Amino acid sequence: MLKDSLLQRLVLSDQGSKFTIAALIVIGVIVPFLNLAMPEGSFLHVSDYSVALIGKYLCFALLALALDLVWGYCGILSLGHGAFFALGGYAMGMYLMRQIGDRGVYGHPELPDFMVFLNWDALPWYWYGFDNFFFAMLMVMFVPGLLAFIFGWLAFRSRVTGVYFSIITQALTAALSLAFFLNDFGFGGNNGLTDFKDILGASLQSNGTRAVIFICSVIALIGSYILCRYIVTSKLGRVLISVRDAESRTRFIGYRVEHYKVFVFTISAVLAGIAGALYVPQVGIINPGEFSPLNSIEVVIWVALGGRGTLYGAVVGALVVNFAKTYFTGSKLFVEYWLFLLGAMFILIPIFLPKGMVDIVDQWKKKHAQSKATEVNSKISGDAQEHTS
Amino acid sequence: MKRLVILLGMLGVVFLPPFVLADDLAGAIKQLDTKSYSKKVKAVNAIGEIDDPRVLDVLLALREGQLYIHKGNKNFVIGRGESSEGLVRIVDAVTGEKLDDIASGALSKIKINNRVRGAARTAISKIQLSAKDKSTRLNAVRNLIKSPDDKLRDLIVAALDNEENSEVIKGLNVALAFIDINSNDKKLRISAIEVLGETVEPRAVTILQDILSKDEEGNSEEEDSEIIRSAEKSLEKIESRTSLYEFIKNLFFGLSLGSILLLAAIGLAITFGVMGVINMAHGEMIMIGAYTTFFVQQLFPNWVGGSILLSIPLAFLASGLVGVVIERTIIRHLYGRPLETLLATFGVSLILQQLARTYNSNNVPVKAPDWLSGSWHINSVLEFNYVHMYIIVFSLIVLAVLTLVLKKTYLGLQMRAVTQNRAMANSMGIRSSWVDALTFGLGSGIAGIAGVALSQIGNVGPNLGQGYIIDSFMVVVFGGVGNLLGTFFGGVSLGIVNKFLEPQVGAVVAKIIVLVFIILFIQWRPRGLFALKGRFVED
Repeated sequence: MLKDSLLQRLVLSDQGSKFTIAALIVIGVIVPFLNLAMPEGSFLHVSDYSVALIGKYLCFALLALALDLVWGYCGILSLGHGAFFALGGYAMGMYLMRQIGDRGVYGHPELPDFMVFLNWDALPWYWYGFDNFFFAMLMVMFVPGLLAFIFGWLAFRSRVTGVYFSIITQALTAALSLAFFLNDFGFGGNNGLTDFKDILGASLQSNGTRAVIFICSVIALIGSYILCRYIVTSKLGRVLISVRDAESRTRFIGYRVEHYKVFVFTISAVLAGIAGALYVPQVGIINPGEFSPLNSIEVVIWVALGGRGTLYGAVVGALVVNFAKTYFTGSKLFVEYWLFLLGAMFILIPIFLPKGMVDIVDQWKKKHAQSKATEVNSKISGDAQEHTS
Repeated sequence: MKRLVILLGMLGVVFLPPFVLADDLAGAIKQLDTKSYSKKVKAVNAIGEIDDPRVLDVLLALREGQLYIHKGNKNFVIGRGESSEGLVRIVDAVTGEKLDDIASGALSKIKINNRVRGAARTAISKIQLSAKDKSTRLNAVRNLIKSPDDKLRDLIVAALDNEENSEVIKGLNVALAFIDINSNDKKLRISAIEVLGETVEPRAVTILQDILSKDEEGNSEEEDSEIIRSAEKSLEKIESRTSLYEFIKNLFFGLSLGSILLLAAIGLAITFGVMGVINMAHGEMIMIGAYTTFFVQQLFPNWVGGSILLSIPLAFLASGLVGVVIERTIIRHLYGRPLETLLATFGVSLILQQLARTYNSNNVPVKAPDWLSGSWHINSVLEFNYVHMYIIVFSLIVLAVLTLVLKKTYLGLQMRAVTQNRAMANSMGIRSSWVDALTFGLGSGIAGIAGVALSQIGNVGPNLGQGYIIDSFMVVVFGGVGNLLGTFFGGVSLGIVNKFLEPQVGAVVAKIIVLVFIILFIQWRPRGLFALKGRFVED
């Protein structure tokens, strides 16, 4: 009974969420199935490339979801979510790097190739434990979470808000980007981590493994979605929204605003880290380019385009923008125009579509309902009119 | 006898030309057309004795391997690099007259070996040391210090006798010391060590350390205790002096970086600090200024020195105009929604960058005028680039002018009125929407001016703006929003801290430390170094 009502509260009561989760389940079942079961030349076959591509989009959707949780529901515009994503990715990359073992170019049993290349003779302490999958997965969540906790605790406690917060998150991203580009930092410098062989003993090149990672991405996205719904529909979620809309008033009512902010910021960073960890085995590389401030800002436009403060808007926005990006940058004719289009989106959405794409649907629905209501009104008189007004 | 010849040669009078058959350059240069290197050495010595302003050019060309014989008319020519058609630009060696470009196949190079090169070097040093122009003599002395040569000792001694300028004498003494330090005469060595102790030459440090070095048993390799003592003393002197100069150098480069940061950030201090608008396209306003410099130079290709001055007002207009357009079309709709402003202006920045990339995806070359290139050489540790010195002065001028505009003009008064209380300003008859546009235009225009200056120290290309945007925001936030003085202190202190960290930890780590420092600093003082007090504080 309780379970039913919880499901009702989290998913079924919200049209957008219902459709999004249903669509994700369908993708999670159909894409791997069509990839594995259909023969190569078949009309229904989904190519390996497409599986990896859609998998990548799902990771981006999870990242967008994480940002929507803090931006849409708590009004914290983080320009550093790309950094949390990349940190999760690096943690995963370190595990995959250790899995290579002595199959690297230099054949060293313990050290990754780039360390041998730099003449290091022992593994740095922060690489210890990453040969263990579960430890690595813990780190995927712990490292971005810890950074977000410390950063958020410092920032929110001193009431750094609004654009100031955005700017210092960007500075954080820039600092991390510079650091990861350094060879001496111990994460492969410019080239990052790549040449991965297998994960938990299964080859990363095989279709089966890729399908499993794909399904994991879908599950992670759905799971995170439900977690976010749980947070935003709870009493805590109500407080978050009131922080977004009137921070001082919430504080005067007696809530410790900074605690709520730190909590939601940390959760969001953990989700971004998970997205990064799922992203790395699907694209096969993680390098400091992922820390680029542009990446973090792009995430914001996914959320803004889809519609912030709705969760499903973020998922839809991430998928739409990235499909468009692949389409534009993939064709020689349009590749020059992609940045123009992206720039135009940044300009036009805040002015003309502040609530995002999902708002168009809502507006349309409202109009539809209204016209239906007036139709009904014209037929029935008296009490019906009272009812609609 | 030899010494006398040299002396006379230095005075430019030749009484006894020893090997020369012809006493003019046109005749003497012909002696170089031989296979024998020893004959070439003689010819070089002879040329060195001739009193002709072209001699130096010929010898320099010979040393650089740029002296050719024209295969057709057997004339000697000097190569001056390749023309755009792949031909060699040449001038006549004897007259210095410019000749038509020629294919490299039609020239045969005068080959030289180390002996000829040495002879050319001696002759060149001799001519340069006796030049009337002080800076030529100084340059020659610097070259002698860089690569000491025992054979040139007599030359240096002779030059010392004739030299009157104290700076050149000092340099000659150092050059002499670098030669004498290896002599067998103990007295000469000690005095050389003492002279070296007065310099900051890094090579002097190595030489002195060599003297002091000990073998495996801890015995000094140098036997003479007196020499060891004086070497120790000199080394100590050099090191303390060097660290002082290093300090001054870091301070200068820190000030220079600070003034660059200040220039980049000062426009932002207006748009962000005064208006509260986050302009992520600020870097691209700088870029527009830099591209304006480039286009002005394209219009006046032969007027580099003046075109850069002309670029300053033009860049202000170009960037300012773009700024006004952005304000009128985009930002106007987003007042009171700072996060959306951030996104929209970021979109503007992407579009402007891509426009620059569509024009030319590479960096465009911006030339530096003569009066900006070069440097003020004090010693081997201290060297101030003119361009950095000008930028320090320029940034201060911009800051001063801007302060005057804000404090003393009617527009400045209106701006301050609107930022302090928009409703009240409106009811006093100020058209606040126009003031907004002009303020934004002013901030953008200042960024354009910064672009002119920055085009002289870095690449001008589509990515120019991105390199400055984060730094600019850091300076403004660190200094305190809404406060030009804060921006000044923010820029200068961040620049100096950065440059003092750099030698210790490297450039990248220094930058990371500064970024982390600012992040932590903002936690401590969220309103920056110079926070505005009173009602401003409330958003």
